[in-house]
Amino acid sequence: MAESRSISLKVNGVSYHEDVEVRMTLADFLRHSLELTGTHIGCEHGVCGACTVLVDGRSVRSCLMLAIQANGREVTTIEGVAPSPTELHPIQQALREHHGLQCGFCTPGVVMTLLEFLKDCPNPTEEEVRVAISGNLCRCTGYQGIVDAVLAVAGGKRA
Amino acid sequence: MKPAPFKYHDPRTLDEVLSLLGSLEDARLLAGGQSLMPMLNMRLAQPLNIIDLNRLEELTYIRLGDEILEIGAMARQRDIEFSDVVRQAFPLMYEAVRHIGHRQTRNRGTIGGSLCHLDPSAELVCVAAAVGATVIVASQSGRREIPFAKFPAGLMTPSIESNEMVIAIRFPIWKSGHGYGFEEFARRHGDFALASAAVLLESDGHRITRARVTVGGIAPQPQTLLAKLEGRSASEALFAEAAESCDALEAMNDLNYTSDYRRHIAKAMVKRALRKAYGRVSKH
Amino acid sequence: MSPPGRAKGEYQSAQREGTPVSLIGASVPRLEDEPLLRGKGRFIDDLHMPGMLEAAFVRSPYAHALVLAIRKDAALAIEGVHAVLVRDDLLPYLRNEYMVVGLPSKDYKQDLNRPALPADEAVHVGQPVAMVIADNRYIAEDAAALVEVDWGPLAAVGDCKAALSADAPKAHRGSPHNLLAEFIMGYGDVDARFAAAKHVFKEQYWQHRGGSHSIECRGTVAVHDGNDGRLTVWTSTQMPHAAQRILCDMLGFDENAVRVVTPDVGGGFGPKLVFYPEDVCVAIGAMIMGRPVKWIEDRLEHFVATTQERDQYWEAEAAVDADGRLLAIRGEVIHDHGAYTARGVNLPYNSAEQIAIGYELPAYRMKVRVALTNKVAVTPVRGAGHPQGVFVMERLLDRIARELKLDRAEVRRRNLVPANKMPYQTGVKSRGGIAIVLDSGDYPRCQEDALVRAGWSDFPPRQAEARKAGRYLGIGIGNFVKGTGRGPFETVTVRIGPSGRILVHTGAAAMGQSTKTMLAQIVCEQLGGDMTNITVVAGDTGTVATGMGGSNSRQAVLAGSSAHTASVKVRNKLIKVASHLLEVGEQDLEIEGRSVLVKGADIKVDFAKVAGAVAGTAGYSLPGGVEPGLEATDSVVIDSMTYANGTAVAEVEVDIETGAVHIVKLVFVHDCGRILHPMIVEGQLLGGIAHGIGNALFEWMRYDDDGQPLCGTLADYLLVTATEMPSIELAHHESPTPLNPLGIKGVGECGVIPIAPAVISAVEDALAPFGARITRTPITPSDIVAMVTPRKT
Repeated sequence: MAESRSISLKVNGVSYHEDVEVRMTLADFLRHSLELTGTHIGCEHGVCGACTVLVDGRSVRSCLMLAIQANGREVTTIEGVAPSPTELHPIQQALREHHGLQCGFCTPGVVMTLLEFLKDCPNPTEEEVRVAISGNLCRCTGYQGIVDAVLAVAGGKRA
Repeated sequence: MKPAPFKYHDPRTLDEVLSLLGSLEDARLLAGGQSLMPMLNMRLAQPLNIIDLNRLEELTYIRLGDEILEIGAMARQRDIEFSDVVRQAFPLMYEAVRHIGHRQTRNRGTIGGSLCHLDPSAELVCVAAAVGATVIVASQSGRREIPFAKFPAGLMTPSIESNEMVIAIRFPIWKSGHGYGFEEFARRHGDFALASAAVLLESDGHRITRARVTVGGIAPQPQTLLAKLEGRSASEALFAEAAESCDALEAMNDLNYTSDYRRHIAKAMVKRALRKAYGRVSKH
Repeated sequence: MSPPGRAKGEYQSAQREGTPVSLIGASVPRLEDEPLLRGKGRFIDDLHMPGMLEAAFVRSPYAHALVLAIRKDAALAIEGVHAVLVRDDLLPYLRNEYMVVGLPSKDYKQDLNRPALPADEAVHVGQPVAMVIADNRYIAEDAAALVEVDWGPLAAVGDCKAALSADAPKAHRGSPHNLLAEFIMGYGDVDARFAAAKHVFKEQYWQHRGGSHSIECRGTVAVHDGNDGRLTVWTSTQMPHAAQRILCDMLGFDENAVRVVTPDVGGGFGPKLVFYPEDVCVAIGAMIMGRPVKWIEDRLEHFVATTQERDQYWEAEAAVDADGRLLAIRGEVIHDHGAYTARGVNLPYNSAEQIAIGYELPAYRMKVRVALTNKVAVTPVRGAGHPQGVFVMERLLDRIARELKLDRAEVRRRNLVPANKMPYQTGVKSRGGIAIVLDSGDYPRCQEDALVRAGWSDFPPRQAEARKAGRYLGIGIGNFVKGTGRGPFETVTVRIGPSGRILVHTGAAAMGQSTKTMLAQIVCEQLGGDMTNITVVAGDTGTVATGMGGSNSRQAVLAGSSAHTASVKVRNKLIKVASHLLEVGEQDLEIEGRSVLVKGADIKVDFAKVAGAVAGTAGYSLPGGVEPGLEATDSVVIDSMTYANGTAVAEVEVDIETGAVHIVKLVFVHDCGRILHPMIVEGQLLGGIAHGIGNALFEWMRYDDDGQPLCGTLADYLLVTATEMPSIELAHHESPTPLNPLGIKGVGECGVIPIAPAVISAVEDALAPFGARITRTPITPSDIVAMVTPRKT
């Protein structure tokens, strides 16, 4: 008999109260219980970074968290990034302009990583950008387009 | 890859944890999850019970005392990385922690979890060995302290009982102005270290007065390098000579990396860490 | 990254006259981006349907074993488990239980097709033997763990070379031996040339390429409509029409009963063009359950159940004259095929064929032996065997240069097919028997450009300086010519409906390489230039009857050509009908935005109106006596491949204390004919280069001698991350091809191909003081340390 618990959390500013099986990962909870399918699963062992979301503002691999551990927390996923249905966040816009995505599967994880990174490090060097995204695997772009996008966004931000 | 079913417990206090450990069969402690969750997902671990430590507030501290830095087992690696106290009093740990995985790993990973997992490559394990840390363990019967050299029972196995939990680690810290250097070699940024070296030095300006070189990554446990450094003048030749002592170290041998190779790169890490440490040491 | 240089070639413009805007050649915003950036992509695991069940597979843990018995009871007892299916359960639904997919070849000695589920013998770790269907994946995995299988382990063969020895265990117990196929490729009087040659050099090479490891693994969802008997299968595939064909063949359905739909695909790189046992099992599961069934591959499964590339062992000899000009090459290669034929012998064929492409080679003979092993089947990963052939040729040329004390670039210069010989007939034929003719390109000019950009001639003094300081720098070069646009066709329908919106349907498949944007550019170029007025649907067999899908860097060439000709037809009809509606001559009309306009006057008619006019009104003739509808479907047939080329020059620094290789700079000069979209082309090259670096330094899918995988996770199998990518300078030349109306060549695989030889050549150059000779790829830090460490006596 599967053990379930009730959890309350906020995702992208919206409050949810759900029953979850205790062994369900946060990634699966977001994707299947909340049908927020923008967070993707690539490896389920914490290497590829496709499942990266923000929990209380910090980037985590949602495949390595249990949903129940998000109880009482604020989670941000890719669906919560763009300011409106007609505008994109500057990071998203920059990725678009610099061809920082091709198949798009790793992209949500990359965006979430970058949101935290640019908050902590608004004016990074190229080396720092590469280190920051080294935990996000991309098999399409060779990363150059992503790096260019980040440097463009960071360069565009003034204090 | 989904975890097998388990019973979930989320205690709020240390006493609750210890009580659970004392009564449950087949329980694993879940700290940062960066090592345990992959094993659960891959069903390499299928414990009956999971005790989630993430509600414990009381073990997240970083406390500077008299020549001692005490860190609670649930302190996140990220918080260690961004701690001014650590950076100033124990810069070796600061330098080492930044090599741990990636930002996402460190946001969740804990020092207690890393030490109990005892991965041969673990940076914090190497640092604990480097300063001769003391591991503080608790159970319902009380507390005990384990010198780090006695902490590992074998490969990736700490010498703690199933009803015990590591609650804190006490690190002796070196005098202000000491030289420190942590170097590691990994295939890619953030990968497991194939070899690492942690160096601590003191100097009177002419000679090295105190030195400790610890090599990690090449054997199940970190190893202290027996190299004659104290009382001698620092030079490239001295560093190279010290590095050669790696030939006497134990090193794992497998299809991917031979013991010879591991010792070879350990030498490089020792040299580089010594150079860095000597460059940083206050020379008077 | 510095902006790309562009060296435009001369070519006939396929652009129409008097156009105010040209989309072709512009880096227009991609149609794909917005939803993907918002997390609104629809990948296979994003599909949710009422009543959907999930599957998990029971897989062989043995490389070779008898399947003696399978007991389901414990699994079925778990709450939420609906079925455990084994072969016997599938048979009533299978007209043909084997996937007959091998590309035609007279050289097969054995037909080893994959069954849906095996009867009694598993032949590789990871082969599925049973399928569990449950409420969700968690429960399905619980149940799969409780399915009891009685295994009878058999001797397994791991290494493909060992597989061909007389006493090797048989990969299939019923096989007489492990030789799947054998053929000799060649032309000219090889032995005579060797006998007369001034110099002969012999080498042996080991090459390994690994898995695709698209970040999205595989997945399939099937729904069987009980009312009309139609099966709809969504699958993360590169070839939906092939999947449809195989499903029809296996299930005994006709094409009307099976529809295959391609969702957004998170990378393909080759292995997703294969149809798999899991796919047909899921389809049958849906039929049995009467409910949708979904199976999503996880990463552990991808390592053992998705096709990959692996080992080739080469022996190659080159005969040259006193000036280092090639006279002949001969040799043998043994190729690891895996346990089944999941595609064909195209991969080793490509490797062997590649040797004779790009350089002038008067005579050639390569014997190819394709060996069975107890591992998952081998099918192409991006590059499809061509990187291996290029590696052999480039290493041979380096050997020649070293022996004759010539500059490595000079040896190449002397042997590259020169521009004035284009089109150049090589001595080899493609697998379909089509002569390989190099259609266009200036290979020496590409090489020269790369050498200048890389500072090749300035390098030796820099290298010498560095060596004095105890640093080991090296530089290496690799040239390639790659057949792209493998035919025979791709189908594209272009339609304007009464809404006025342009609709494109194609059998081409999208897996991240910007297929939709590429097609939209080509179509909108003819039809008004408004890229917000177009919808492209790719990879749905329900919307286009024929199609071939994505592989061989073919879609811009084949689908692009069909899109172009079809949209020209629609354009012409738009103008014809508009000229009747507006009562002006066709020559006075032009198309802009969503309207047909009279030149120089404020008179126009919208696409919607034109489409409405040819949609038919009961009792009224169609204007101008045209056929109904505003649509054209084309499948332009192009049998000959078009050949892209390029040169990579890599500068490296080798840390001899650790064996680490740092690629300081990579120059990549490339010619893919007319460039449709500069940013997309560069993205393809950069992505390919990352795969190439992986093949040179990081990716090694290791097995033991008994066929047990030693790499099971992405922690063991090393994909390149952002910190391993070097500074890359790209430059483009454009030698348009006469083979298609747009003058374009494919680019998807090109980035991969010259990287391993260029990097390995550079490492060898860096370690010249140690007498290093590198005849393998990948090369690891341990290998490098071994090369620089004197042997202890």
